[in-house]
Amino acid sequence: MTESLSFIFLNAVLANNFVLALFLGLCPFLGVSGKLDTAIPMGLATMFVMLVSSVCAYLINIVLVTFEIEFLRLIAYIAVIASAVQLVEMALKKLSPALFRSLGIFLPLITTNCAILGLALFQTFKEYNFTQSLVYAIGAGIGFILAIVLMAGLREKLELSTMPSITQGAAVSLMLGGLLSLSFMGFAGLGG
Amino acid sequence: MSKRSNDNITWDTFSEGLWRDNPVFVMLLGMCPVLAVTNSAINALAMGLATTFVLLASGALISLLRHSIPKQVRIATYIVIIATFVTIVDYAIQAISLDLYNALGAFIQLIVANCMILGRAEAYASRNRPLKSLTNALGMGAGFTIALLCLGVVREVLGAGSLFGIDLFGPRFEPWVVMILPAGGFIVLGAWLLLFEWLKQRKERLELEAAAETR
Repeated sequence: MTESLSFIFLNAVLANNFVLALFLGLCPFLGVSGKLDTAIPMGLATMFVMLVSSVCAYLINIVLVTFEIEFLRLIAYIAVIASAVQLVEMALKKLSPALFRSLGIFLPLITTNCAILGLALFQTFKEYNFTQSLVYAIGAGIGFILAIVLMAGLREKLELSTMPSITQGAAVSLMLGGLLSLSFMGFAGLGG
Repeated sequence: MSKRSNDNITWDTFSEGLWRDNPVFVMLLGMCPVLAVTNSAINALAMGLATTFVLLASGALISLLRHSIPKQVRIATYIVIIATFVTIVDYAIQAISLDLYNALGAFIQLIVANCMILGRAEAYASRNRPLKSLTNALGMGAGFTIALLCLGVVREVLGAGSLFGIDLFGPRFEPWVVMILPAGGFIVLGAWLLLFEWLKQRKERLELEAAAETR
């Protein structure tokens, strides 16, 4: 594949943003975007797990292809992601208990974030090499942070305004997501 | 026959997932496939059926194995079981219809990360007998499929002017392209939620008025 690194990066951050264009990782996007204070650590943790699992998935895929057991790919990937999350959790607990406490419940939830499994699968389908996979993971992570922080900012503003009672809750978040997604469509031609 | 009363399979075991605890409209679980593949009714139906199959199969197996799975590694075990069935579905769809497989893309494999399935495994299948888990999984799957169809039908009718690929309005209809695009998914689901919330509040208000009149 001859895609340049800058193209892969811009593509993952803006044009094919994981949350707003590919619909991956919506659970944390809707669940944890209530406040900026929680949205930013969640974004960073997700990005970190994306990096770790991207590297692991790349290595695993080499093994799977050598032994011609590609049908085990899904099981291998999800097992690796689950252990990566567990590893990050244990490492954080030892190295920075303060950060661990502030992330708390969000960390284990990253396992069921489909953005991470999606990333691992997409980089395999697109046959990216090691550097390309790494750049793709960083781009996807930044894209996720961008989306969740934008959303949290909007929702914090929205709390101060009066709305009809039926729009309170998930409905208005989805409408906001729709508008954000529309505005991100403006990037569609970028880099491509 | 067990003597415990909560082992009984009632209509409620099945209907819970259909309406009261509908995974999409009420619990807001498994959102990613809901929005991503519902740009046409046929994709929505296929995705709903695939997810229902995984729900049923993993629910039955986990329920059968619920006494032999150690508590500490249960989540990992559930995920491996779910991933196995998703791999089966993935290869089955590839064999049945390559067009459908290409349309759904990576989202068949992403059923693994659908939090609804893991949630059902943890909250229901690991605590109930196989038959009861199956009934409940069937209800949840049906509720999920119906929700996907609700979105898929609206988005296809407005965004392409057709339903299940059949042209509805003739050549003079100008399709609302935005409905097919990602933004449309968010907006249509938001609109459905608004509608349900409005109906709920209206029902509560009517009940209050009725109670006030009888007093």
